[in-house]
Amino acid sequence: MSERLKGVVVSHAALAQGLVDAVRQITGEDDLIPLSNEGCDSGLLASRLKDAIGDAPAVVFVDLPGGSCLQAAMKHQRGAPSVSIVAGVNLAMLLDFIYHRDLSPVEAARRAVEQGGRAVRAVAL
Amino acid sequence: MTLELVRLDDRLVHGQVVVGWGQALAISLVVLVDDRVRQSDWEQELYRMGMPPDMELRFASVPEAIAAVPAWDASPRKTLVLTGDVDSLVRLVKGAGLRRVNIGGLHQQADRRQRLRYIYLSDAEARELRCLADTGVEVVAQDVPTARPVPLNEIT
Repeated sequence: MSERLKGVVVSHAALAQGLVDAVRQITGEDDLIPLSNEGCDSGLLASRLKDAIGDAPAVVFVDLPGGSCLQAAMKHQRGAPSVSIVAGVNLAMLLDFIYHRDLSPVEAARRAVEQGGRAVRAVAL
Repeated sequence: MTLELVRLDDRLVHGQVVVGWGQALAISLVVLVDDRVRQSDWEQELYRMGMPPDMELRFASVPEAIAAVPAWDASPRKTLVLTGDVDSLVRLVKGAGLRRVNIGGLHQQADRRQRLRYIYLSDAEARELRCLADTGVEVVAQDVPTARPVPLNEIT
Protein backbone atom coordinates (compact mmCIF):
# COMPACT_ATOMS: atom_id res chain seq x y z
CA MET A 1 0.00 0.00 0.00
CA SER A 2 1.37 3.43 -0.92
CA GLU A 3 2.06 6.01 1.76
CA ARG A 4 -1.06 7.87 2.82
CA LEU A 5 -1.05 11.63 2.44
CA LYS A 6 -0.33 13.78 5.43
CA GLY A 7 -2.86 16.51 6.16
CA VAL A 8 -1.93 19.74 7.95
CA VAL A 9 -4.40 22.48 8.87
CA VAL A 10 -2.95 25.98 9.30
CA SER A 11 -5.03 28.83 10.70
CA HIS A 12 -5.30 31.99 12.68
CA ALA A 13 -5.80 31.52 16.43
CA ALA A 14 -7.26 28.12 17.45
CA LEU A 15 -9.36 27.39 14.36
CA ALA A 16 -7.05 24.62 13.09
CA GLN A 17 -7.08 22.86 16.44
CA GLY A 18 -10.88 23.13 16.55
CA LEU A 19 -11.29 21.66 13.06
CA VAL A 20 -8.90 18.80 13.84
CA ASP A 21 -10.74 18.13 17.11
CA ALA A 22 -14.05 18.06 15.22
CA VAL A 23 -12.68 15.56 12.66
CA ARG A 24 -11.45 13.36 15.50
CA GLN A 25 -14.80 13.56 17.29
CA ILE A 26 -16.76 12.62 14.16
CA THR A 27 -14.46 9.98 12.63
CA GLY A 28 -12.20 8.77 15.40
CA GLU A 29 -9.28 9.46 13.06
CA ASP A 30 -6.37 11.24 14.68
CA ASP A 31 -4.02 11.90 11.76
CA LEU A 32 -4.50 15.59 10.92
CA ILE A 33 -1.92 18.02 12.26
CA PRO A 34 -3.09 21.48 13.45
CA LEU A 35 -0.83 24.55 13.33
CA SER A 36 -1.66 28.06 14.53
CA ASN A 37 0.03 31.24 13.35
CA GLU A 38 -0.06 32.58 16.92
CA GLY A 39 3.30 34.19 17.70
CA CYS A 40 4.75 33.32 14.27
CA ASP A 41 5.79 35.31 11.24
CA SER A 42 5.38 33.43 7.96
CA GLY A 43 9.03 32.29 8.00
CA LEU A 44 8.70 30.61 11.41
CA LEU A 45 5.35 29.11 10.43
CA ALA A 46 6.92 27.73 7.23
CA SER A 47 9.66 26.06 9.27
CA ARG A 48 7.04 24.53 11.59
CA LEU A 49 5.27 23.21 8.51
CA LYS A 50 8.52 21.66 7.34
CA ASP A 51 8.94 19.99 10.74
CA ALA A 52 5.37 18.67 10.61
CA ILE A 53 5.50 17.34 7.04
CA GLY A 54 9.11 16.28 6.53
CA ASP A 55 9.54 14.88 3.03
CA ALA A 56 6.14 13.17 2.91
CA PRO A 57 3.50 13.94 0.28
CA ALA A 58 0.94 16.18 1.91
CA VAL A 59 -1.96 18.56 1.56
CA VAL A 60 -1.82 21.79 3.55
CA PHE A 61 -5.21 23.31 4.31
CA VAL A 62 -5.17 27.03 5.20
CA ASP A 63 -8.01 29.17 6.46
CA LEU A 64 -7.95 32.14 4.05
CA PRO A 65 -6.93 32.61 0.42
CA GLY A 66 -4.34 35.20 1.49
CA GLY A 67 -2.45 36.25 4.59
CA SER A 68 0.29 34.77 6.72
CA CYS A 69 -0.95 31.15 6.78
CA LEU A 70 -1.11 30.91 2.98
CA GLN A 71 2.19 32.76 2.66
CA ALA A 72 3.86 30.25 5.01
CA ALA A 73 2.37 27.32 3.11
CA MET A 74 3.57 28.69 -0.22
CA LYS A 75 7.05 29.37 1.12
CA HIS A 76 7.21 25.76 2.29
CA GLN A 77 5.81 24.47 -1.00
CA ARG A 78 8.62 26.08 -3.03
CA GLY A 79 11.04 23.53 -1.59
CA ALA A 80 8.54 20.68 -1.40
CA PRO A 81 6.91 19.83 -4.75
CA SER A 82 4.93 16.93 -3.26
CA VAL A 83 2.83 19.36 -1.23
CA SER A 84 -0.47 20.83 -2.44
CA ILE A 85 -2.31 23.71 -0.80
CA VAL A 86 -6.03 24.29 -0.36
CA ALA A 87 -7.22 27.70 0.86
CA GLY A 88 -10.59 28.19 2.55
CA VAL A 89 -10.59 25.03 4.65
CA ASN A 90 -13.86 23.76 6.07
CA LEU A 91 -14.92 20.77 8.11
CA ALA A 92 -16.65 19.01 5.22
CA MET A 93 -13.51 18.85 3.10
CA LEU A 94 -11.45 17.56 6.00
CA LEU A 95 -13.98 14.81 6.73
CA ASP A 96 -13.77 13.71 3.09
CA PHE A 97 -9.98 14.05 2.93
CA ILE A 98 -9.42 11.80 5.90
CA TYR A 99 -10.88 8.86 3.90
CA HIS A 100 -9.16 9.71 0.59
CA ARG A 101 -5.50 9.92 1.43
CA ASP A 102 -4.46 7.39 -1.20
CA LEU A 103 -4.66 10.09 -3.91
CA SER A 104 -1.80 12.24 -5.16
CA PRO A 105 -1.50 15.63 -3.40
CA VAL A 106 -2.82 17.42 -6.51
CA GLU A 107 -5.80 15.05 -6.85
CA ALA A 108 -6.57 15.28 -3.14
CA ALA A 109 -6.45 19.08 -3.24
CA ARG A 110 -8.80 19.17 -6.23
CA ARG A 111 -11.19 16.78 -4.48
CA ALA A 112 -11.09 18.86 -1.29
CA VAL A 113 -12.10 21.97 -3.21
CA GLU A 114 -15.04 20.09 -4.79
CA GLN A 115 -16.20 18.49 -1.55
CA GLY A 116 -15.71 21.61 0.55
CA GLY A 117 -17.44 23.82 -2.00
CA ARG A 118 -20.39 21.45 -2.22
CA ALA A 119 -20.95 21.86 1.52
CA VAL A 120 -21.34 25.64 1.36
CA ARG A 121 -24.92 26.55 0.59
CA ALA A 122 -27.81 28.70 1.66
CA VAL A 123 -30.37 26.48 3.35
CA ALA A 124 -34.01 27.43 2.89
CA LEU A 125 -36.82 26.29 5.15
CA MET B 1 -2.98 63.87 5.45
CA THR B 2 -3.80 60.75 3.48
CA LEU B 3 -0.86 58.64 4.60
CA GLU B 4 -3.09 57.12 7.23
CA LEU B 5 -0.84 54.54 8.86
CA VAL B 6 2.82 53.55 8.80
CA ARG B 7 3.02 50.06 10.25
CA LEU B 8 5.76 47.64 11.24
CA ASP B 9 4.44 44.10 10.85
CA ASP B 10 6.54 41.08 9.88
CA ARG B 11 3.48 39.27 8.49
CA LEU B 12 3.20 42.14 6.00
CA VAL B 13 -0.05 41.71 4.01
CA HIS B 14 -2.47 39.78 6.22
CA GLY B 15 -5.90 39.96 7.80
CA GLN B 16 -5.20 42.52 10.51
CA VAL B 17 -3.82 44.88 7.89
CA VAL B 18 -6.25 44.58 5.00
CA VAL B 19 -9.38 43.78 7.01
CA GLY B 20 -8.78 45.22 10.49
CA TRP B 21 -7.03 48.49 9.62
CA GLY B 22 -8.06 48.58 5.98
CA GLN B 23 -11.76 48.72 6.79
CA ALA B 24 -11.44 50.98 9.85
CA LEU B 25 -9.42 53.59 7.93
CA ALA B 26 -11.06 53.07 4.51
CA ILE B 27 -7.66 52.34 2.98
CA SER B 28 -7.54 52.11 -0.82
CA LEU B 29 -3.75 51.78 -1.32
CA VAL B 30 -1.29 49.59 0.57
CA VAL B 31 2.42 50.05 -0.10
CA LEU B 32 4.73 47.25 1.00
CA VAL B 33 8.15 48.79 1.59
CA ASP B 34 10.83 46.13 1.57
CA ASP B 35 14.04 46.07 -0.46
CA ARG B 36 14.02 42.27 -0.86
CA VAL B 37 10.33 41.85 -1.77
CA ARG B 38 10.74 44.71 -4.27
CA GLN B 39 13.12 42.42 -6.17
CA SER B 40 11.07 39.21 -5.90
CA ASP B 41 8.26 38.63 -8.42
CA TRP B 42 7.01 35.46 -6.75
CA GLU B 43 6.78 37.10 -3.30
CA GLN B 44 4.91 40.04 -4.79
CA GLU B 45 2.43 37.59 -6.33
CA LEU B 46 2.12 35.87 -2.94
CA TYR B 47 1.20 39.12 -1.20
CA ARG B 48 -1.20 40.17 -3.98
CA MET B 49 -3.23 37.02 -3.26
CA GLY B 50 -4.12 38.44 0.16
CA MET B 51 -5.60 41.67 -1.15
CA PRO B 52 -9.33 42.40 -1.41
CA PRO B 53 -10.41 43.51 -4.89
CA ASP B 54 -11.12 47.10 -3.86
CA MET B 55 -7.63 47.71 -2.47
CA GLU B 56 -4.45 48.21 -4.51
CA LEU B 57 -1.08 46.85 -3.43
CA ARG B 58 2.20 48.40 -4.60
CA PHE B 59 5.79 47.55 -3.80
CA ALA B 60 8.67 49.92 -3.09
CA SER B 61 12.23 49.79 -1.87
CA VAL B 62 13.03 52.01 1.11
CA PRO B 63 14.68 54.71 -1.09
CA GLU B 64 11.70 54.61 -3.51
CA ALA B 65 9.30 54.98 -0.60
CA ILE B 66 11.21 57.92 0.88
CA ALA B 67 10.94 59.68 -2.49
CA ALA B 68 7.22 58.87 -2.81
CA VAL B 69 5.98 59.88 0.67
CA PRO B 70 5.17 63.50 -0.34
CA ALA B 71 3.03 62.21 -3.24
CA TRP B 72 1.21 59.72 -0.99
CA ASP B 73 0.58 62.53 1.49
CA ALA B 74 -0.79 64.81 -1.24
CA SER B 75 -2.94 62.13 -2.86
CA PRO B 76 -6.65 61.88 -2.01
CA ARG B 77 -6.21 58.09 -1.69
CA LYS B 78 -6.02 56.80 1.86
CA THR B 79 -2.71 54.96 2.04
CA LEU B 80 -1.22 52.44 4.45
CA VAL B 81 2.53 51.82 4.39
CA LEU B 82 3.92 48.52 5.64
CA THR B 83 7.43 47.49 6.60
CA GLY B 84 8.50 44.10 7.93
CA ASP B 85 11.59 44.89 10.00
CA VAL B 86 12.87 47.57 12.35
CA ASP B 87 15.80 48.58 10.15
CA SER B 88 13.58 49.32 7.12
CA LEU B 89 11.12 51.22 9.30
CA VAL B 90 13.80 53.40 10.86
CA ARG B 91 15.38 54.19 7.47
CA LEU B 92 11.97 55.08 6.04
CA VAL B 93 10.85 57.22 8.99
CA LYS B 94 14.13 59.14 9.18
CA GLY B 95 14.43 59.55 5.42
CA ALA B 96 10.87 60.73 4.91
CA GLY B 97 10.51 62.68 8.15
CA LEU B 98 7.47 60.71 9.32
CA ARG B 99 6.07 61.59 12.75
CA ARG B 100 4.03 58.58 13.84
CA VAL B 101 4.46 54.81 13.49
CA ASN B 102 2.42 51.80 14.50
CA ILE B 103 4.17 48.67 15.76
CA GLY B 104 1.68 46.01 14.73
CA GLY B 105 3.44 42.68 14.96
CA LEU B 106 6.94 41.29 15.33
CA HIS B 107 7.10 37.63 16.16
CA GLN B 108 9.42 35.07 17.75
CA GLN B 109 13.09 34.89 16.84
CA ALA B 110 16.02 33.47 18.75
CA ASP B 111 17.38 36.83 19.95
CA ARG B 112 14.02 38.41 20.75
CA ARG B 113 12.00 38.42 23.96
CA GLN B 114 8.27 38.95 24.30
CA ARG B 115 7.11 42.50 25.08
CA LEU B 116 3.41 42.12 24.25
CA ARG B 117 1.34 39.18 22.97
CA TYR B 118 2.13 40.24 19.43
CA ILE B 119 5.49 41.93 19.85
CA TYR B 120 8.89 40.33 20.36
CA LEU B 121 11.96 42.58 20.21
CA SER B 122 15.70 42.02 20.53
CA ASP B 123 17.57 44.47 22.74
CA ALA B 124 19.09 46.04 19.61
CA GLU B 125 15.65 46.50 17.98
CA ALA B 126 14.25 48.01 21.19
CA ARG B 127 17.20 50.42 21.25
CA GLU B 128 16.64 51.44 17.62
CA LEU B 129 12.96 52.16 18.28
CA ARG B 130 13.75 54.13 21.44
CA CYS B 131 16.24 56.23 19.46
CA LEU B 132 13.49 56.94 16.94
CA ALA B 133 11.10 57.96 19.72
CA ASP B 134 13.80 60.21 21.24
CA THR B 135 13.76 62.25 18.01
CA GLY B 136 10.08 63.05 18.59
CA VAL B 137 8.48 60.30 16.52
CA GLU B 138 5.39 58.85 18.17
CA VAL B 139 5.96 55.08 18.37
CA VAL B 140 2.88 53.14 19.47
CA ALA B 141 2.18 49.41 19.61
CA GLN B 142 -1.33 48.42 18.52
CA ASP B 143 -2.24 45.24 16.62
CA VAL B 144 -5.84 46.10 15.69
CA PRO B 145 -7.81 49.36 15.71
CA THR B 146 -9.93 48.35 18.70
CA ALA B 147 -6.93 47.52 20.90
CA ARG B 148 -5.39 49.96 23.37
CA PRO B 149 -2.47 51.87 21.84
CA VAL B 150 0.58 51.02 23.96
CA PRO B 151 3.34 53.66 24.10
CA LEU B 152 6.82 52.38 23.34
CA ASN B 153 8.11 53.23 26.82
CA GLU B 154 5.73 50.65 28.32
CA ILE B 155 7.39 47.80 26.40
CA THR B 156 11.07 48.78 26.16
